[in-house]
Order: sequence, then structure tokens, then C-alpha cells
Amino acid sequence: MDKMPKWADVILTPLISLVLAMAISALVILAIGESPWEAMKTMVQGALGSSYGWGFTLYYATNFIFTGLAVMVAYHASLFNIGGEGQAAMGGLGVALALLYIPLPHWALALPVAMIGAAILGAAWAFIPAILQAKRGSHIVITTIMFNFIAAAALNYVLVRLLRPVGSMDPASARFPESTNLPTLSDAFARFGFEWGRNTPANVTFFVALIACLLIWLLIWRTRLGYEIRALGKSEPGAVYAGINPVRITVIAMLISGGLAGLMAINNVMGEAERLVLNAVEGAGFIGIAVALMGRNHPFGVLLAALLFGFLYQGGGELALWTSIPRELIIVIQALVILFTGALDNMVRMPLERLFLRLRRKEAAE
Amino acid sequence: MGAAGEMTGGRSHAAAPAAIELRGISKAFGPVQANRNIKLNVPKGTIHGIIGENGAGKSTLMSILYGFYRPDAGEILINGQPIAITDSQTAIRAGIGMVFQHFKLVQNFTVLENVILGAEDGALLRPSLAKARKVLKQLAQEYQLNVDPDERIEELSVGHQQRVEILKALYRRADILILDEPTGVLTPAEADHLFRILEGLRDEGKTIILITHKLREIMDITDNVSVMRRGEMVASVKTAETDPEELAELMVGRKVLLNVEKAPASPTQPVLQVEGLRMIDDDGVERLRGIDLQIRAGEILGLAGVSGNGQTQLLEILGGYPPKGSKVEGRVTMNGAPLPLSGSGCDAAARRRAGMGHIPEDRQVEGLIMDFAAWENVAFGWQDAPEFNRGWVMDNAAIREDAAAKMERFDVRPRNPNLAARNFSGGNQQKIVVAREIERNPDLLLIGQPTRGVDIGAIEFIHKRIIELRDAGKAILLVSVELDEILALSDRVAVMFDGRIMGERDPASTTTGELGLLMAGVTDTKNTPDDQGIPPEHAHVEGLPQEPR
Ligand SMILES: Nc1ncnc2c1ncn2[C@@H]1O[C@H](COP(=O)(O)OP(=O)(O)OP(=O)(O)O)[C@@H](O)[C@H]1O
Ligand SMILES: [Mg+2]
Repeated sequence: MDKMPKWADVILTPLISLVLAMAISALVILAIGESPWEAMKTMVQGALGSSYGWGFTLYYATNFIFTGLAVMVAYHASLFNIGGEGQAAMGGLGVALALLYIPLPHWALALPVAMIGAAILGAAWAFIPAILQAKRGSHIVITTIMFNFIAAAALNYVLVRLLRPVGSMDPASARFPESTNLPTLSDAFARFGFEWGRNTPANVTFFVALIACLLIWLLIWRTRLGYEIRALGKSEPGAVYAGINPVRITVIAMLISGGLAGLMAINNVMGEAERLVLNAVEGAGFIGIAVALMGRNHPFGVLLAALLFGFLYQGGGELALWTSIPRELIIVIQALVILFTGALDNMVRMPLERLFLRLRRKEAAE
Repeated sequence: MGAAGEMTGGRSHAAAPAAIELRGISKAFGPVQANRNIKLNVPKGTIHGIIGENGAGKSTLMSILYGFYRPDAGEILINGQPIAITDSQTAIRAGIGMVFQHFKLVQNFTVLENVILGAEDGALLRPSLAKARKVLKQLAQEYQLNVDPDERIEELSVGHQQRVEILKALYRRADILILDEPTGVLTPAEADHLFRILEGLRDEGKTIILITHKLREIMDITDNVSVMRRGEMVASVKTAETDPEELAELMVGRKVLLNVEKAPASPTQPVLQVEGLRMIDDDGVERLRGIDLQIRAGEILGLAGVSGNGQTQLLEILGGYPPKGSKVEGRVTMNGAPLPLSGSGCDAAARRRAGMGHIPEDRQVEGLIMDFAAWENVAFGWQDAPEFNRGWVMDNAAIREDAAAKMERFDVRPRNPNLAARNFSGGNQQKIVVAREIERNPDLLLIGQPTRGVDIGAIEFIHKRIIELRDAGKAILLVSVELDEILALSDRVAVMFDGRIMGERDPASTTTGELGLLMAGVTDTKNTPDDQGIPPEHAHVEGLPQEPR
């Protein structure tokens, strides 16, 4: 018997954590002499108050959905993949190579090709840590962190030495061909005669991300592979008894995880920048960890948490723009949310569980 | 028969307050009422047995006493003082020690580290470790509970892990010692050692609660015994005034056959053939030293032996997953086809495809995924089976249906396929595993400790199903440390000692004394025709099982 109802576990707990994080953020804002109320208003207004704000919020959320799903899949195999950052960066390289070197007449054709490129390079970047973990027992946390640095350095080299167009001073690739540019959500709305989110980066990748959520849910809870991933994640000796090959499943789970992280590049590299620039991932790989944690390692939770972090990102940017609250403080607020929903989760959960137990006892006594 | 809570123990003084008194304890897990209005009175300085079917609520009651669960209602008195046991720290301070049914050991810690875990004297480990080492040595000598203090838990057999649990409780110098099925995996001789420890502790004035499914142990060692059924305490009696038949009936609510009936075997062609099987583990220790076995269709080969003599490794190799880093040599064939012993093709899935079933020794670590629901566990190991799959996706509806049917046929309680395996009682967990493997109707079934922690009603049932499988012409390898079980089920008995088969006997004509000698590594049993010939001291030192009393 669960200690508390499911809705309390998946909705109430994170919600309370969120409120706590916001309360402390408010105190911090108060302490530097600004009005928390105004700050809150600016954030909500800036992120959700207009289609312009939504256009950015959804764009960021799309990034976080991919990296959140990546962390989630690995987590079910009890692997802590914190290499989303590097895998997403390599995914960007995959997108760039596909779009720069394969002539593609239409975005609808370019999208699947770029997706394959992104997923393959992202997965490849997760493959080596996976093999090292599965065969040698080198801890995946350590190796994936190292691979983040290697990816950054490698990308630097590739951009500066190989992909940079002759004569350009900018460590970035050439622009991708016009024909491969993804329609933004604003373009899509315009086709139906609506004016929505002009000049915002949200693009059709958002729908790809939604489909990914659904597919990953199917994978984890409906397929045999998902069953084997979860079984291995719970007990390795059990998995071995059941004829599940730990090496194989570890590698496959990490390939899927890396592939998902790589797919993020569809959004930021193909959909937004339309060329490969240095440090395109901008920390989204790490945010994915918080998103997966807060989303309870469930695709639907990941989706909600990604939207929340999208809001924080966009709202935080607005805050820096319109108030004298320094940009650093936004990072503090984001960090507080991560702290409360992730690391301090039990602080909220335990009292809540006790509360529900007491309520139940009372009910039983009546 | 006295009502619960009113009787006094054999050797207590009427005036002294009871060591433990429970008043009206109730505990529900959702719809399951695990304990209902429990009264219990355990006089100081007695050994008190608690028996009951699987899921009767014994472990739950003890968990309440040890502060793992808070009761929904009721009162606990220790030495006459009401006490709120909010967590295990409170329980330990109140002088309660617990040896769990399912071990709570840190697998990659050493024995010594496990013993001091939570009982360290200060921030620095070294003095605590040194002290513990001394105490352990003393305990080992006093009670013959020998374990290497520097061995890691994961390297130890189940039997040895149990010893560590007992040492842990003894190290904390508890006044009240609760043992939840402590003898499940001990050989009769090891159990006997334990009982002598317990008797010694009782004579020092300590109070002991012993949960067991073995009525013989109850009759042997307890002063009083309480019977639980479906969450309620249905009787408390003085042991001297009852007998096993009465207790069995009180537990189950019907008459129970304490011995299985079986027709003589009619074995046909060989199914499993093992020749010269050797295994060297990753430490370079030779665990199997040339095993030769043959099992024919329609017979049960019982493999007796003190745990830790290679039975686990043998089962794992036959089951398709040799221990990591081990080197295996020899020849194993099943139905005439050789089975790979290493590399690709040597995995549990391939073995299952070849028609093998396997009830593993440790249901919690191997046989079940404890966090999976019961229905998911019914597909565990058989996740490839066509009837559980529909193309890319698993056919969860079919699995649920199958699970519900199996739980019905094997009387798994509660009958809820959505409950996580963790939340079933030990015996019911075992029934899930047994149902899954037996109902696959395998040509060869490997069985490790099939009735560990299973109540007598369910043992009767499981034994019947094993014999039915045999009568359906299947080959069965039965590994058990329960000599009674081996003798009751097997058509031939082989004894394993130190990685070798010491000899094979006919269960009808052998004696436990003879098997005991083989189990201790003595091959020349010709001169000891019966048990009476063995002096008692010798029996204890050499690890000989005692004849059932
Ligand atoms: N955490 C839990 N959540 C839900 N149900 C539980 C939980 N723990 C125990 N139960 C249920 O409570 C009942 C009593 O279980 P308990 O483990 O106390 O039985 P037991 O008498 O020790 O049985 P066994 O002899 O098999 O060990 C069972 O029906 C079990 O399924
Ligand atoms: Mg129990």
C-alpha cells in the first residue's frame, strides 16, 4: 500500500516544493530591495503573458524535454547520465554535418535526416561511457562528465579548424541552406491566418518533443526492452537470473539516452540558430537532470517540469531586462527550484506522507 | 488452552512484569488488515514461539515492536512500562534486538563493518572495529558462530549471512531478542547451535521471541507459543501442553498432512547429464571440483549439503549464469544437446528456451524484482514468451490475466496482482516464484530452497506440485538445506561437500546420520550404520544434523 495517493506524490509534492522555492526567492529579492510581487509579475507577464513570451517559453521547454527524457531513460536502468550537455553538443554537430553536406530540397525531408544525424552523434557520444561502464565498471557519472569536456573541446576544434567558412572570424559553421530551415510555430499559425508569437524561436520541434514523450512512455512501460531496462535498473542479479544481458541493456539504454539528448539539436541548432555555433547547448543538458528529477522520471512529468523550467528561463530573462534585479539572481531562483524539487524532495515528502497517514487513521477511526 | 495474554511462562515469577506486553495492537496496509487487536504477553526469561501461515501478520507485528511501523491502535509495554516505539533507535535503546527474515546487510561491506554499522563508538572507525573484532571472536568461540570478519557480505552464502545478522544483534547486547525465521537456511546442526545460544541467553534472563514455520523447533525450544491467523492472535498456549498436530490445525484451520505422499518414481531417459564440472571463481578458489550428475525424466534428485559447499555455484552454472569472473570446465548436456558453459549462448534466456525452469535460492535478490508489481513478476524471466508479447509491445493484459490465474491456483495472498512484490509476505513471494516456474512445465526444473520461509500448509501444496511435475515425466534437481525436505521429496539423494559429490544414497534406506557424515566430508560411512553410534559432542562439532525428535 502506498503511503499517500498518487496525485499527492506526483503533483502535490513538487507543487509545495515549488512554492517553498518561490517563497525563499521572494525573500532574497526583498533583501536586495526589490519588490518580489513586481518581479513575479514581470516573470509571468514576460513568459506567459503574451504569445511572444510563450514563443520563447516553449522553445526552451523543447530543449528541456529532450534532455529530461535523456536523463530519465538512463535513470530507469539506474544509470546517471549527466553527459546530456556533451551529447546534445555532438547532436548539434550531427545536424550541421547532415544539413551542410547532404543536399535537401525541403525542410520536411531535412528534418528526419537531421534527426538521424543528431541522434547518431548524440548516441555515439554516450556509447563510449556506456561500454566502459558495462564492461569495465568505470562509473558512468565520471565518464559522462569527462565526455562533456571532451565534446566542448572537440567542437571547438571542429568549428575553428574545419567548419568555419573561409574568411569568417566567427567560430561557427556556415548557415544551413534556406530550404532546410524549420517553420517556426509563428509561421505555422500564420498559415491558418493567426498572428502568434512573431520573431520567436519556438518551432515544429516542439511537436517532435511531444511525440518523443509519448514514444518514451511506450518504450519504458509497454515494450519488452523497457521491461528489461527497468528490471536491470532495480536489480542486476535479478536481471541476470531472468536472462537479461546487463551489458547489452546498459549500452542500449545509454544509446537511447544519448540519442535523445542529441535530438535537442534539432530545436536549437536547426530550428533556431540555423547554423552551428560554439556552446549552443547553454546548460540545457544539466537542466535535464533537474527536469527528470522533478518529473519523477515519467515522460508526462518531464513534460510539465520542462514547461516550468522553460518559464523560469524566459521569465528570468525578462526579469534581467526590465528590472534592476541582476541576471545572477535568476540563476539563484532556478537553483532554488532545483534544490527544493530535487535534492530537498524528502523534506516536503516526509511530512506530507505523515499528514496523509494521520488523515487516513482518522478516517479509519470514524 | 489459555486465552491470549493470560498465560505465564514456564519459568517466570508471577509477580515480575512481562518483558513484552502488547495490548490491542492493530495495523492495516490499505485494505489489508495485517494485525487486528493483538494481545501478547511474553514473560521475562522465556522463549516465546510465534507461528502462523504466510501473511498471518507475524513479521508486521515484529516490525511494530521494532519501530519500523507505527501501529494504528494499541499499546506496547516493555518490562511493565508503556513505551512509544517510534523508530528502531528507540527499540534498540529499550533493549530490543532483531534478526530479520530478510537480511538487512550492506552487501559490499565486510562482516565487521556490518556488525558495527550504527553501533560505532565514535567518529573514528578504527577503535570500534578493533573492539568488534574482539567481541566477534569471543562470540564465535562461545557460540560457534564462525564467520571471517573480513569477508564481504556479497561473498558469503545465505547461511553465513544469517550468522552475521545474529552476530549483529548479539553485539548490541539486546535484552529482548526477536528472531524472524532464523533457521530458514540453517542446517539442522547449525539450527541446533543457534538453539543452544538461545537457551544460554534465556538462562541469563534474556527474553526471546522466535518466529518459525517449523513446528519441531517450536516443540524443542520454546516455553510458550502463540498462533496467528489472518491478522489475529488465535491462541497462546504452553508448549508442554500442546502437540504439532494441534498447532498445525490452529494455524491453518484444517488438518494438515505433515508428510507428503508419493508413488515410487518411474524414471525414463536421462534429461540432464553433468560430467566433470569444475569451477574456479574470480579469487582463484576452486568451488566445484569435478561434479558428475545424472537426472532422468520423472525423478527428483535431491542435493543435500551444508550451504556454501558449491550448491549455489552449481545452480547458477546450470541456470546459465556462472558467477562473474569464474572459469568453468566440464560437459553438461540437456536432452542430449550440450549446454554452453561460458560465452555467448550461455545465458538464462537460452536455458529457458531449451526447456529449463529455475526457482532460485534467493527469491528477493534473483527470483523477483521487489519493486515490480506481482503481475510483472509473473513474466519475469519469461518476458520473451510469445503469449506475453504482441509484436513490439508486451501484452500486459495477457500477463495480468495469467498472473491473476496463477495467484488463484497457488493461493497467493492477498490476491492482488497490482501489489508490489515487496509488500507480500515472504511465503507469498515464494509462491509467486514457484507458480511462475512450475506452471511453465519445464523439462528440467532447478530448485533452490523451495520452501524457505513457507508455512506448513503452503509447503504441503508446493511439495505436491513438485511431485506432480515429476509424475508428469519431468526431471527435477532439488537443492535444499532441509534434510527432511530432501528425504521427503527425493528419489535419489546426492550429498555435496566442498565442491564435490560425496556419494549418492537411496532416501528409503539411508539415515540422517549417514547423510550427516557425508555432509561433513566423511565418505566412509560403512562403520556407522545408524545415528545411535555417533557421540553427541561429535555431532555438534562436525555439523551433524540431529534426528528429528
Ligand atoms: N508494506 C506493506 N504494504 C502492503 N501490505 C503489506 C505490507 N507489509 C505487509 N503487508 C501485508 O500484510 C500481511 C501480513 O504480512 P506479514 O509479512 O506480516 O506476514 P507474515 O506472517 O510474516 O508471513 P510470512 O510467514 O510469509 O513471513 C500480508 O498480507 C502482506 O501482504
Ligand atoms: Mg514474515
